[in-house]
Amino acid sequence: MTLTAKDVAEIMRLLEHSSFDSLSLEINGVKLNLQRGSAAPTSQPAAPAPPAESQPQPARFVPPKVKPPSEPGLTEVASPLLGIFYRAPKPGEPPFVEVGSKVVEDTVIGIIEVMKLMNSVRAGVRGEVVEILAENGALVEYDEILLRLRPGV
Amino acid sequence: MAIRRILIANRGEIALRVIRTCKALAIETVLAASEADLDSLPARLADRTLCIGPARPADSYLRVDTIVQAALGVKADAIHPGYGFLSERPVLARLCEQEGVIFIGPTAAQIEAVGDKLRARAEAETAGVPTAPGGAVETVREAMVLGREIGTPLLIKAVGGGGGRGMKRVDRLEDIPSAMELAGSEAGSAFGDARVYLERFVERGRHVEVQILGDGNGRVVHLGERDCSVQRRYQKLIEETPAPRLSADLRARIHAAAVLFSERLSYRSAGTVEFLVDLERGAFYFLEMNARIQVEHPVTEAVTGIDLLAEQIAIAGGRGLRFKQNDIKREGCAIECRINAEDPARDFHPSPGTVRTAVWPSGEGVRVDTHIASGSRVPPYYDSLMAKIIVHAADRPTALERMRRALAATRIEGVATNLAFHLDVLADPEFNAGGVDTSYLPRFLERQRVAQEVRAHG
Repeated sequence: MTLTAKDVAEIMRLLEHSSFDSLSLEINGVKLNLQRGSAAPTSQPAAPAPPAESQPQPARFVPPKVKPPSEPGLTEVASPLLGIFYRAPKPGEPPFVEVGSKVVEDTVIGIIEVMKLMNSVRAGVRGEVVEILAENGALVEYDEILLRLRPGV
Repeated sequence: MAIRRILIANRGEIALRVIRTCKALAIETVLAASEADLDSLPARLADRTLCIGPARPADSYLRVDTIVQAALGVKADAIHPGYGFLSERPVLARLCEQEGVIFIGPTAAQIEAVGDKLRARAEAETAGVPTAPGGAVETVREAMVLGREIGTPLLIKAVGGGGGRGMKRVDRLEDIPSAMELAGSEAGSAFGDARVYLERFVERGRHVEVQILGDGNGRVVHLGERDCSVQRRYQKLIEETPAPRLSADLRARIHAAAVLFSERLSYRSAGTVEFLVDLERGAFYFLEMNARIQVEHPVTEAVTGIDLLAEQIAIAGGRGLRFKQNDIKREGCAIECRINAEDPARDFHPSPGTVRTAVWPSGEGVRVDTHIASGSRVPPYYDSLMAKIIVHAADRPTALERMRRALAATRIEGVATNLAFHLDVLADPEFNAGGVDTSYLPRFLERQRVAQEVRAHG
């Protein structure tokens, strides 16, 4: 099987509508690297994979099953510690923030409980809440994304 | 209570070791990992991995509340602390007791009893277990009186110390006042406990320790001894069982002493009672008890065929001891070499980095406990242990030969290791003869250094 120009165009279209930023494809010695927003795709004979040395450590951990952002340019608010995440100050009370809430740096967006010790989580940036990822009452890990903001509103 | 899910509050090879036994027992594992260990082998092999905090141990592996919250959050039945980190902190064991999470280890009270070295010494004396001449001293005057009685050289030890930490050697009685003041203030800042005690310093001693298992209701069995005399600055490098060239009588008395001491505490779980064998006097003294699974446990597993982690889990789950003393048979000889990411040419300086290539030995009687594969990272925040190579054979010469071949088949690139240094020690006639004392390795290093200088200057 070889890749025709039509195939490549089709693959590009698929990438365009997917939530991924890049794609690497290898078929019968032909390697295709596509990147969103970059110039033309490059097609070249596949070279043996370079030795896996000194791969830079990812700056921060992204849990594998994280939902991709619904729009580009969003700022993430990550959990400062592992614990139980609460969206409201007390059960039955309205949540600190909802989708659409406007926040400033100091706005409390939730509480993380660690062995009955309640820790407030603040937005850290000014903006509008676009997505809330962490569930009320669920265990969240250190650096897990709690919500996403559209900054600077 | 049946344990179905275990939170592992550790990293590295011991985390993987716990995972391995859990898989064999069909127990689910949740690894509590720091940010620096999220792509480690244990993180990939655990059923689930939780990121508990940043790389720095104080922000992750040493956070008692976070660990227990993580266990509660994933509904783990039990926590395995491994060794190091929180394994011997009574506060974790106690919080587990309060929260209804099983702590796979001794009770908080037992950890406290052996963590206070003076109290452990008193327990040993009450149990009829020999201790080195010495005792508690509160004032310089008391220290002078006791010092005169036991003679020099002697050690001033911190009550909160252990494992070689918090000790001062005194060679002349007139040095006691200054050494005691220094030891007290250092112990205060390092262990939060300024109390010290004196003990005779044994010039030629062997480190012989006994593996025990206790059911927590007073029943204790021993699984034989390990000789860990090959040490550098109290860091064990090579361990073996049985202890070579130890008389049958002394060996039996050491085993019995370990059992007596552990019975006195009604010790629960796996533990190790350490002794110093005084070669000049033909005596042995209680040193301390380690209330955890130890790094060198595999040599005991090799000769007994008993999975110590499985027994820890069984005891923690309320199943007690599954065998009697007579059921435990020890066969052959087992040796362990600790492969560390450290550079012998630079005074064993840690050498963290990315392991480009890791090829481990295999074959009959060879076991490798490691979390390192090609591409693995050795982060700079933790200890430098990369792997333990364990060999088992019918006798010591065969085991030594097997170890030489295993080490020669090992290839590690990307970080400096002590692999070649191990081969040097294994080629040394004194080590091959067996039964070296704890001053052997420093002497060996000095011999090596002199030989190198002679070569360099013709």
